[in-house]
Amino acid sequence: MDDIDDIVREFLIESYENLDQLDQDLVALEGAPGSRDLLSSVFRTIHTIKGTSGFLAFSDLERVAHVGESLLVELRDGRRQMDHHTTDVLLRMVDTIRDLLGRIESTGAESGVEVDAVVAVIQAALDGTDLGGTDVAEPAAEAAAADISPADSAPAESVSADAEPDVSPVVVVAAPAPVPAPAPAPAVVPALALPAPAPADVPEASVSRGTSDSSIRVDVDLLDALMRQVGELVLVRNQIAQLAGSDAEPELTRSSQRLSLIASELQEGVMKTRMQPIDHIWSKMPRIVRDLASSCGREVRLDMVGGDTELDRSLLESVKDPLTHLVRNAIDHGIEGPDDRVTAGKPATGVLTLRAYHAGGQVIVEVRDDGAGINPQRVAAKALERGLKTVEQLEAMATGDLLNLVFLPGFSTAATVTNVSGRGVGMDVVRSNIESIGGAVEVESEVGRGTTWRLRIPLTLAIMPALTVRSGAEIYAIPQVSLQELVALDTQKTQEAIEHIGTAEVYRLRGSLLPLVRLSDVLGQPRGEAESAVIAVLQADNQRFGLVVDKVLNNEEIVVKPLAAQLKSIGIFAGATLMGDGQVALILDVQAIARRTLTGEVADVDQHAASGRAVSSVPVTELLVVGIGSGRRVAIPLALVTRLELIAPDRLEVVGGHEVIQYRDAIVPITRLARTLGAYDDDAGEEIPLVVFTRGGRTVAMVVSEIVEIVSDDGAERSTVDDRGLLGSIVLSGRVTELLDVPAALAQVDPRFYDEAPVDLTTGEALHAGSRSAEMVGV
Amino acid sequence: MSTQYVTFRIGEALYGVEVMRISETLGHHPRTPVPLAPAGIAGLVNLRGQVVLTVDLRPRLGLAPLAPDAVSMMVVVEVDDDSISLLVDEVGEVLTLDDDQFESPPDTLGADLRELITGAYKLETGLLLTLDVDAALAA
Repeated sequence: MDDIDDIVREFLIESYENLDQLDQDLVALEGAPGSRDLLSSVFRTIHTIKGTSGFLAFSDLERVAHVGESLLVELRDGRRQMDHHTTDVLLRMVDTIRDLLGRIESTGAESGVEVDAVVAVIQAALDGTDLGGTDVAEPAAEAAAADISPADSAPAESVSADAEPDVSPVVVVAAPAPVPAPAPAPAVVPALALPAPAPADVPEASVSRGTSDSSIRVDVDLLDALMRQVGELVLVRNQIAQLAGSDAEPELTRSSQRLSLIASELQEGVMKTRMQPIDHIWSKMPRIVRDLASSCGREVRLDMVGGDTELDRSLLESVKDPLTHLVRNAIDHGIEGPDDRVTAGKPATGVLTLRAYHAGGQVIVEVRDDGAGINPQRVAAKALERGLKTVEQLEAMATGDLLNLVFLPGFSTAATVTNVSGRGVGMDVVRSNIESIGGAVEVESEVGRGTTWRLRIPLTLAIMPALTVRSGAEIYAIPQVSLQELVALDTQKTQEAIEHIGTAEVYRLRGSLLPLVRLSDVLGQPRGEAESAVIAVLQADNQRFGLVVDKVLNNEEIVVKPLAAQLKSIGIFAGATLMGDGQVALILDVQAIARRTLTGEVADVDQHAASGRAVSSVPVTELLVVGIGSGRRVAIPLALVTRLELIAPDRLEVVGGHEVIQYRDAIVPITRLARTLGAYDDDAGEEIPLVVFTRGGRTVAMVVSEIVEIVSDDGAERSTVDDRGLLGSIVLSGRVTELLDVPAALAQVDPRFYDEAPVDLTTGEALHAGSRSAEMVGV
Repeated sequence: MSTQYVTFRIGEALYGVEVMRISETLGHHPRTPVPLAPAGIAGLVNLRGQVVLTVDLRPRLGLAPLAPDAVSMMVVVEVDDDSISLLVDEVGEVLTLDDDQFESPPDTLGADLRELITGAYKLETGLLLTLDVDAALAA
């Protein structure tokens, strides 16, 4: 039986299921002869069997199905009325097909089942030369039995002739075994039962279960109900474990541990029942790829690796459309035409690889092509053209993040709109579909080498591992999927370790700046004066951020309960769950919190470094670092600065509520940088440092607390913070330094400072935009 | 004709909801507050393994909302196949009331309360105000 290949096995399983349905349909049809639905269902089934058997070269099977189909066509077209005799004939056809399938299953070939008789009977019915009217049922069925019984012994020789010799002795007894499922027609059942030998005679049959016996169809609702109940059981188990933990009674502890084990196994088992190999949705891909490749004029080879990777069936459904879209996209936009490929020095045939595997409690599905790749600059240009991002926003983004712009709604890089893809609906839908099931989608691309789309999908939805944390008096759950690491801060360290850029808090995690979000702020609650805090480093899309919570409680498996409709609109909770003590806890929606609290430009530096796409050749910018009090340091591109001065405080004068200074025979307006950036002004020194900016005939002087140093910015460590007057932050000389938005700062004191020479403005922008500018000029 | 009402007290007034809409009445359950929730949402409770939303009608009725940890009884109402729990001060008896005791609310009743209160039964002990639970618990 092992030598039956997968296609045949699939065919057998599907056909057995269809045949069971067919029995019912035929009988129902007899009761309601006019039902078009039933007729077309029956017709479809037989038609499928006929087609597939022709394809698989089972000619006897095809012959039976073919003549049966002819009879069904007449019924379907209304040229013949369903009557008792016709039903008998059709049921007999079904039985014969079943025999043939059984024979194929046990021997791999169909020979050995007598089909001529049944074909003749059906043909007779078709020709109207009925063999005896309606009361023929009984004899006909017995004839069927007679057909089968000799078939079991007599043609065995013929089997041994063309099949493996060692199989043939088994065949004789094993063949009738798969003749299963009592056919609903009473006249046929006893007749069928006759030829089946006593079970004692068929040791082989009991050893290996038939294909149809080894799998059953189960109502999905039942599985869902089981899943829910197992969820409850896990909950109760958690409660018991808690009770047993505090109680030292050894008996209870032992029982509790055992319960815990059994519950886990049960949970796993029930989850497995809902698992289906991803092959189920991949099986349609070869066809899609073939059709699409020929219509797009591409040569594509499809490789599929890991098709047996299993996923919860509800998840599988949700993955289907995004995956199909990615495959279409890869062929339409990714893989080039054969000529272009050859010109680029690649084989004419492109390779599209689908790969699925388990990693870290998730299933990863990759769609990889070796096509042209995605050009980040084109993506940026497109985003600008569509008005999705401004030049400034784009300049502040790292190359890796530019690729993620394709996930924005309304984005499409297709130069021409085709009927395949490129209508501006696409990647954003892919992303929202995947995120709606708690997954994530990533893209990696190398120009000229290809693109990889990676879907991260949770194994199941109903139960998930989570970290429980405390904020204020309440407990919240953070899905482990998003959690990267935890950083504990004690009281003293909390004050020092959290640094500020404007109003934004950051933490230095292994040398790079991690934007911080306080959970209490997200929840709109007062900050507690907690003694210690923990930073949960979370990954959302391609942004990483630290969520500051009061305390970390536990790692546990939580059962996800849906939220009431009234609470969904809040938008930062993914659901609710019950804790071991029965208390309700809310599950945080990390993606939503990230979207809400991080503006798109807040990029995490470490990500860029990690993805290896840090821009390597960047113009070095000289930066003037000044202090503005409270230990804050601000960097100003030196190229914009005209002079540095030290003046006595009494040289500052006030005109109409504004501070001015007489400087080189002109009255120059003064701006205090500390005030511009919302810091406390702690001058009162003997001399005040001034930074002087001059453009054309206009001059502005800026008061700072101290001139610190001049350093070179190599553009590597940089993060943007959405705060007024600032472009972002950089680590200079080991300290977090804020990068001043000079035009914005000067505009506050002299709105016309940059009015006169707009050409210079771009130069200024190019300068302060630093590392990104060289690349972005083309945009 | 007569209708059966489950009665309960919120503040000074006695309210009634048709008995068919009520699945059960319960004593106090600790509530988990939901940050940023709309006014009137009093948190979530664990009802035998189900997470159920609790609603405090007081703000809608012009009263000060209950404190998050205030002890309160609950009337569980079925709305669109979902269970929602109303926080009440005291659950009263189930009354069978003749329809001819019923009167529509007076014209002087404000528009926002008119949405909630469909009318009143004139009892000997006072008025029983009938609540439109669908309006009261609309998302």
